[in-house]
Order: sequence, then C-alpha cells, then structure tokens
Amino acid sequence: MHIGQPTPRKEARSKVTGQARYVDDLAFPGMLHGVTVRSPSPRGLIRDIRYEPGIPWDELTVVTAADIPGANVVALIADDQPCLADDRVNHAEEPVVLLAHRDRSLLEEARRRVTIEIEPLPPVYTIDEALAATTVIWGEDNIFKTYLVSHGDVESASAGADAVVEGEYETDAQEQLYIEPNGMLAVARREDGVTVWGSMQCPYYIHRALLRLFGLPAERIRVVQMETGGGFGGKEEYPSIIAGHAALLSWKSGRPVKIVYDRAEDMVATTKRHPSRTRHRTAVTKDGRLVAMDIDFVIDGGAYCTLSPVVLSRGTIHATGPYYCPNVRVRGTAVATNVPPHGAFRGFGAPQSIFALERHLDRVAHAIGIAPDELRRKNFIQTGQTSAVGQVMREPMDMPALLDRALALSDYHAKRVRFDAANASAKMKKGIGFAAFMHGAGFTGSGEDHLASVVTVEATPEGRVRVLSSCTEIGQGTITVFSQIAADALGIDVDAIEVVQPDTAVVPDSGPTVASRTCMVVGKLVESAAMGLRATLESGAGGISDFPAACRNHIQQFGALRASSQYRPTAGVRWDDERYQGDAYGTYAWAVYVAEVTFDTTTFEVSLDDFVAVQEVGRVINPVLATGQIEGGVAQGIGWTLFERVVWREGRMANAQMTNYIMPTSMDLPPIRVFFEERPYAEGPGGAKGIGELPMDGAAPAIANAVSYAAGVNVSHIPITPESLMALMEIPVA
Amino acid sequence: MRSYLAAFDLQAPGDLGTVLRLLAEQPGVWRPFAGGTDLMVLFEAGKLAPGKYVSLWNLKELRGIEAGSDTVTLGALTTYAEVIADPVLQSEFPLICRAAEQTGGVATQNRGTLGGNIANGSPAADTPPALLVYDAELELISARGARRVPYGRFHSGYKLMDLRSDEIIRSITLPRGRRSWVQTYRKVGTRKAQAISKVCFAAGADLDDGIIRDVRIACGSVAPAVVRCPRAEAALRGRTVDDTLASGAAAALAEDVAPIDDMRSTARYRLHVARNLLIEFVTELVSRRTH
Amino acid sequence: MSRLLDALRTDLHLTGVKEGCGEGECGACSIMLDGRLVNSCLIPLIHADRAAIVTSEGVAQGERLHAVQQAFITHGGAQCGICTPGMVLAAVSLLERQPHPSEAEIRTALAGNLCRCTGYMRIFEAVLDACRHTPNESA
Repeated sequence: MHIGQPTPRKEARSKVTGQARYVDDLAFPGMLHGVTVRSPSPRGLIRDIRYEPGIPWDELTVVTAADIPGANVVALIADDQPCLADDRVNHAEEPVVLLAHRDRSLLEEARRRVTIEIEPLPPVYTIDEALAATTVIWGEDNIFKTYLVSHGDVESASAGADAVVEGEYETDAQEQLYIEPNGMLAVARREDGVTVWGSMQCPYYIHRALLRLFGLPAERIRVVQMETGGGFGGKEEYPSIIAGHAALLSWKSGRPVKIVYDRAEDMVATTKRHPSRTRHRTAVTKDGRLVAMDIDFVIDGGAYCTLSPVVLSRGTIHATGPYYCPNVRVRGTAVATNVPPHGAFRGFGAPQSIFALERHLDRVAHAIGIAPDELRRKNFIQTGQTSAVGQVMREPMDMPALLDRALALSDYHAKRVRFDAANASAKMKKGIGFAAFMHGAGFTGSGEDHLASVVTVEATPEGRVRVLSSCTEIGQGTITVFSQIAADALGIDVDAIEVVQPDTAVVPDSGPTVASRTCMVVGKLVESAAMGLRATLESGAGGISDFPAACRNHIQQFGALRASSQYRPTAGVRWDDERYQGDAYGTYAWAVYVAEVTFDTTTFEVSLDDFVAVQEVGRVINPVLATGQIEGGVAQGIGWTLFERVVWREGRMANAQMTNYIMPTSMDLPPIRVFFEERPYAEGPGGAKGIGELPMDGAAPAIANAVSYAAGVNVSHIPITPESLMALMEIPVA
Repeated sequence: MRSYLAAFDLQAPGDLGTVLRLLAEQPGVWRPFAGGTDLMVLFEAGKLAPGKYVSLWNLKELRGIEAGSDTVTLGALTTYAEVIADPVLQSEFPLICRAAEQTGGVATQNRGTLGGNIANGSPAADTPPALLVYDAELELISARGARRVPYGRFHSGYKLMDLRSDEIIRSITLPRGRRSWVQTYRKVGTRKAQAISKVCFAAGADLDDGIIRDVRIACGSVAPAVVRCPRAEAALRGRTVDDTLASGAAAALAEDVAPIDDMRSTARYRLHVARNLLIEFVTELVSRRTH
Repeated sequence: MSRLLDALRTDLHLTGVKEGCGEGECGACSIMLDGRLVNSCLIPLIHADRAAIVTSEGVAQGERLHAVQQAFITHGGAQCGICTPGMVLAAVSLLERQPHPSEAEIRTALAGNLCRCTGYMRIFEAVLDACRHTPNESA
C-alpha cells in the first residue's frame, strides 16, 4: 500500500544533484536569445517606435504586432489582451517590440536603444477611481465582472438585530516570486509548426493560446513542460504570453529562440495577486449568533481581464467562510486599472476575502464582548445546513472539534491569560490569534464538467506503466502522488510507474495544474485509468500474478495495453451558472490556524513565535509532501502578511528587486507545526481532498488577529508593516 | 544581466604599485573594485557606469588583522567573515562583529569587505556606525603617499567622501581600551537576515560609578551619510545616570538626524525608532549604574 | 567583467548552478570558491582565476550521495528544486565548518538561500538528520 506512505519524491535525486533540467539549462544549435521592449507609460497611444543608432540593427530580428500570423490576442477568457501592443498601451511594461540576437549582452544594449513614443492618456490606478468611472479604461464602466450572492433579507434582518458591526479591509498585491523566473524556448517554422519548451503549469493553456496566435491546426502546435522552478499560479496563464513571444521571434528569424526573464523583468511585468477591498456589515444577536452578513468584495484586476472573473468567483464564494447565516448578501466586483494585469496566485481570491472575514469576526466578538472562539462556535456550518450560495453541506465536518484541537495544540487559552497579565507593562508584547476557514477544491461549479479532463495509462512489455497527463510537477509532488495512486490501483511497486513529461504531442488534456485539483480530481482519473488497465489484464487468461509477464502477453496479443479515464460530473452535484447558486465545490478542506506573535514596542516589529496549522483533508496521500505543502503555503502567507509589499509608482512596481521586495528567509519563520485529520472524500483518490491552496488562506487573518491583540490596535490592511503599526498605535481603538 | 559586457574592462594587475600608478596616471578613469558585492549588483541592474575597473581583490597589503598594544588595524579588504572569525574583534569590538553578522548572508560575508563598504558610501551601510563609535581612523594611500583621516570626518554628504580619485583605503585602525564600555548595536531591517537597514543604532558609553564619562552614538539610515550624534552625546556626556536622562537625549537626537521617506520606510518611523533605541540604551545604562 | 555564473553554466555546461535573481539575494547560484560559499552571479570571472570551485554537481561522490543530499530526499527538502543545488552547497559548507550545528545555527547559515516552496522546515530537518550521519570528532 503506497497511499499514506512517505514515498520519497521520485525526481528528488535529480534535483539534489543539480541534474534536473529547467528551460534555461537548454540550448539548441544556432539558438538566439530574445528580449522584450516594454511600454514606459501606463496608458496612451503609440505614436512612434524608433530604433536609435549604435546597434547593428540588421543583425537583430525585430518583431512587432504586425508580424503576428494569426490573431493578436492572448487567448484566455475575454479576448481583450493583445500579445503585443498595437496602437495603444494600457499598462506600464506592456510588451510592444521583441528583439532576438545570439549575443544576450548586445540585446540588452539594443533594448535600451528602442524608443517607444507614447501620447499619454489619463490612467486609473485605484479601485475607487475605477468604480467612479470618471475615466473609462475598459468596457463601458471599468468592470470586468460582477457576482451577486443573495439569500434571505439582510436589510430587514440587520434592522432588528442586537448589534451591527462594520469594517473595511484591504489587501495589497503579492508577487509569486518563484525562484526560477519565467522562460520559454521556441522552435517555430512554417514547415513544421510551433514547439515550445518552458517553465509552466498548464501546457494546454499555452497550446490554445498559440493556436490563436499562429492560426495553425492543433496538431502543429506542441508544448513541452520542462522542470519548473515554482509556479504558485504565476505560471498558470502568464506563460502563454512569453511562449507566444519566443515563438514569434523564432517564426521570423528561422532559428530557435529562448527568452528567459531576469528577476526585475519578471517582477515588474508579470501577474501578481489581485489587490482587494472588502467591506463587511455584520448583524449579530447579543450572544453572538450571526443574523445577517452584508459583504462588498472588490478586486483590482489590472489592465486586462485575464482570469479576474474566476478569481472573483472564488473570492465571492469564500467570503462568508465556514459559517451558517440565514441572511447573506455578497456583492463581488472585479475592476480594471492601468497596471500590469493581476492573475492567479495560490488561493485565487479566497485569501483576500477570508482575511477580511476572519479579521472582522474577531472585531465583532470584541464589539459584543464575547471570546473570538465562542463567536465561531456559535456559527460554524454543520452537515445538512445550506451555505451562502445554496449548497447543502452533505459531507461530515466538525469545525468545533478542529477549533478545539488547534487551540489546545497552541495552548491558546492559557497563553491569553498569561499575555493579558503581562502585556500592560511589557516592552515586548505577546499576542495569539486564530483563523477558521475552508477551501473548496477543484474548479468552481461546473468548471470540472467543462474541462472534461482525460488521463491515460499505458503499460510497456517490461511491465512498466506510464501515466500520461497534462498535470505538471511544479514542486507540489504530482509525479510522486500519481505514482503512489497508480501503484496501489495496479498492485505494483511505485518504482514501476513513470509519469511522463507533459508534452501535448503525447499526453491528453487533463486540465490545468491549478485550483487544488491535481491530486483530488486528476489523481482520481489516474486511479480509475489504472484500475481500467488492471481490469483489462484481469479479464485475460492467466490473470496478473506476474504483472510484467501479463503485460508482455497482452501486448503481444493485442498490440498495446492502454486505458483512459475521463472526468464525469459527480452525481448529485449541481451548479447553476446563471443564478450563481448550488454546489460550488465537490468538497472542502477545513482548517483552523493559530499564530503566536511578539510585538516589539521599541521598533514596532512583529516576530512569529509559533504557528499551528490543523486541517481536515480527506486523506493524506504522502505525509512528507502534504506537510511540505502546508509549511510552504503558510510561509507564503506569512510573507504576504508581514514582509511582502509592492511599492507602486505611476502604475509600475518600483521595488522590483529581491533586495527590496522582501520574502522570508530561514531566519524569519517560526516553527510551523502541521496536523492533519482525515475524513475521506468519496470522489478523491484514496479519499483525498485538494490541499495546495488551503494553507494560503489562514496565515494572514491568524497573524492579523494576533497582532491586533498584542498591539491593542485594529489591523485591517495587509501587509502589516512596522510603519503601519506605529501609525495605528496613535489611533484610539474603537 | 542588463549591462553591455563590451563596455566594461576589469583588470587585475596583481600588485599594489601598479594599481596605484594606474589610478594616478588616468585620474577618474580607473575605478577600484574590491569584493564586488555592491558593484556587481549595480552592474547586473544596468546601473554601473561603463569603463575601466581595477581589481584590488588579490592585493595582500590590504588584508590582515593586526592587534598591536594600543590599536587594532584591519586591512581594507578584510571580509565580514574574517571580522566574525577574529577573537580580538569579538571580545573588544563586538559592535563591528554584530554588524558583520547581520550583513547579507554567509555568501555575502565571504566576499564583502570593510573598505568596500566604506567607499560605497551608503548611509545604510552596516559596519560604519560601529566604526564611528570606536573612533576609527582610515589610512588612505595613493601613488603620492599616505594620509590618515579620522573616519568621523570622512563622509560629508550622500556618497561624498574624503577620498580622491587616485586614492584607495588601505586600512582601518581602531584604538583599543574600550572593552569595559557599555555597548549596543541594533539594526532594524526589513527582515532578520539579508536586509538593508531602515534604522541602524550603535552606541558605547564609559560608565563609571554612575557617571557617563564618555559616550559615542552613531546612526545609519537616518541621514545622507552615517552620522555621529553630537547633540545626543552632549546631553549624556558627563551626566549622572538617572531616569530623567533618556528623554532629553532623545529630544536632542532629533537635531542630529535627517531621515527621509523611501522605498523601505518613512522619516517618521526612522526618527521615532532611533529615539526609542537611544532611550533603550540609556535605560540599559540606568540598570547598570550600580555595577 | 563577465560573471563566473555564466562561465559555469554556458561554457562549462554546469547547469546545476542556477540564476534566480542576479543580485546576490537568492543564493540559487551559490558555489564554493576556494572553500568558501559565494554567489557566483556576483563574482567577476577574473576573480576565479586558478580558483578551486565546487558546484552542486560535485557534491556527490560518483553514485554515492552526500549525507545532506540523501537527507534532502528522505525529508522532502526539495520541492520545485530550483533553490536546491545552492541550498545543498550551503548546508554542506556549514557542516564542513561545524559538524553539529544547532537549528538556530542552521537557520543563520542558510539565511542567504531563499526557498519559496518549502517554508524551510523540511530543509532544517534534513540538515539536522545529515549531521547524525557525520562522524562526531569527540567520539
């Protein structure tokens, strides 16, 4: 039995010996390097492009929008984003001109000598400016998408309530900061078509984008994933752009072209987490029962639509958290501004709305004079109750027990007593805070139905089994987890499984590597395909006591041994896209996180002393990998909360260096203590639920609650900086 | 890597005489290059001026830590790692060691040099405030000879220093005899390691029988250059330590510094925290007065 | 003034040395230069003249992995793997100087190697485990 075992990561050896091959480790004969010349201005009309003297321009390949063979569009949801700016730009760093040459150093000099002259138009930078629509920069009103979740009557329910508490919460952009920057290597020729190798999460997203860009038939586009040094969502949709650029340069030059961003370019030009602003108006009874939740959730999508409607959707659905409330209204809005488009980042809208909710509920508790954990206990949703979007929660869950366990493991109650006693006279004040939350795994609503993902497994005559799926290994453990699942389903050893390199010429479309779906949804398809292959063998003469022999015989007889499995909608799970109601997710993982902090009143710095993460995840397929996912996600959440701040100047990230955009080092993190519970999910492989994004939701509100307690202030903005805490301490607490 | 390689020339003649001759013969043309931890960062960002650079890295005359009876002399090319590993510095000049330990990570500490740090002239440099507290003296050399400059008079403004285009720093000399001083070094950065400081506070006081016989206070990241804080010192020097002392010194400190808002922090924060750190230091003196 | 990093990767095909930032912040380009850990993106090639260099490809003894590498595999010290070559070298370098560091000393020694995936916990465990397989001088 491999499921549940700490099976060592299958590709670990190549990673610890430096043998793993990432895109920048590839070089082809005759290869050119490529660079991107970008808009200096946040919004305006392109009047002229000048190639200044001092560069041997005839040696360089130059590509502009005019060179695009197909449609100048980055295919995603709305067709609003061009691959290269044509007559206008809508954000700083928007790509305009591509250059290629074999000398990378000369290219950098050439890049400086291209002048893009822009006649400026007034830019919009903030959510308020976008909503005011005095200047319209997108569509008719700067709004990409809205959603309305409505249940009961918040107005009249609030009017009669014992207490109504309002709050406004903001979160800033966050850079994914994978240590390997974006990169693509393309070979594009009229005779053969287009092949790209690169750093990516979703080969078929790139495939679809290149189809549109080149206007070629599907079989002439091939996308191959190289070892990828981190993604976190930052390589979900963005790679389609850099792949298109490398391919266009290759198409025009007739040579292989590699584009690898340096850190500054990657930070300044690629997607980040959507900034958000959430307003809460919560009505409760005097003993803490929720009567009405009125929530206004707005995210800033940047200059183009990209994935904002989907981020908004997830954020909107998670805005009411793991609670039952009879009257709910959630208005979700995604707006356009003239900054580089924001995009996917682990959590995908949920960290933003959950931060607001869990911070707000602590304030509600404080306002009516009950303990924060008491307030949660009174309102946790239970099996059989209906969520804000109308989903009857059919599965067993026990948030009160999870809360009890998290508070016990962190010694929460005893510490509160000690901290209360000591803080008044202490220079180093202590705080402890928690967040209770859940995360829906898989695509929202009917998303999985539309994806209709496919996995294929095939056996070799030697009895090795190859798993063919487009889901990528980006560090989360796809290869190992798929191997464990397939090995169990087939009754063979995990070493006999090979998860093949995702290559659209070879693997079927299993959907993107996002949304915490890889293990739960696609892993289930791996399981069922493997079971199908096993059933094929079992039905033959001789059975499978000797697996390799059985494979050899079958292949000799029939030519091939292969089975595929395609996602089918789960019975009884229904989502209404039109009315935005129903079963939003097949299942949820549930969690309570607790953060303990020290607040230094001399320097206003916050340091973390302990972090407890308790979650119910269905089934832990691999404890080492699962623990690593939680620890890593918590670390990113800590970064977002305390360290990572994007400094914006005129619509551009001004601190685009790792020396000025601060992520935690090994000295900045506390012990992160991870605990799992398991209530198997029937549709998951071995009962597993998705967990990749879950940890991103809990750190910010837990820390914000702890800091608010320690410093005696109302933290309502992420990131929490010493400067902002100093300013807050000058305001009397309401 | 944004620089055009062909526009740069780095030479390593290998002997001090040749280096000084190059610097003298073509003033302003050749620029000294030590460990590279500052210049290479600028180079890769496309922000280093193209031209000629002469490497000091392999010049043995600029290396070594010598402990004499009255002074300790550090070669300009002493790395942070070498500072941290030196037993005399650890025991008698702890503030320099704290500064070195908090500069970058291990890899930076193996290449960054004190001379490079001084000559780079950043107001956020980590060791300079400690050097100011210890009354460091620099030896500057050129083809014309040598001269000595008290480090307290070396920086005159943002990236302005008493270093001519044909000169390099040869060594840093520290007077001994302050082991018994009460000393503190506090760097407030954006994170616990690999951080550029937002406020840096270094101080030492000769506390004798409850009286502050002498005191040094130096700050980084609160002015265009690292600074001594003479008004804060004057509020403390010669005074008997008591609970009323801190606020006067903190008020005086505001006159010694001129912090700004920048990408990392705000003027308000810097001033507030610098004062808090000074108060913390004076509070420490109060707690030690009975010893 | 070309970088040692580029000479290693492009001329010597030692692609185990990675470029993560080009600013000496992330440590993905860490190598050993004359026995000391340095960021190769900040070393001008001329400073590596006649130097002894060890990259991550040189840590294992043929097929036999170093204790640190084996521990990384066992404890999940590598996720996406891009920081791993530099991180392994930083850990190896630490254990050469200090065979039995505390967790605090490990944190300090690895502070110049950034990891975005793991949150460092598995890495600390791996290094602590690797120490147990290093002969103790006093024994």
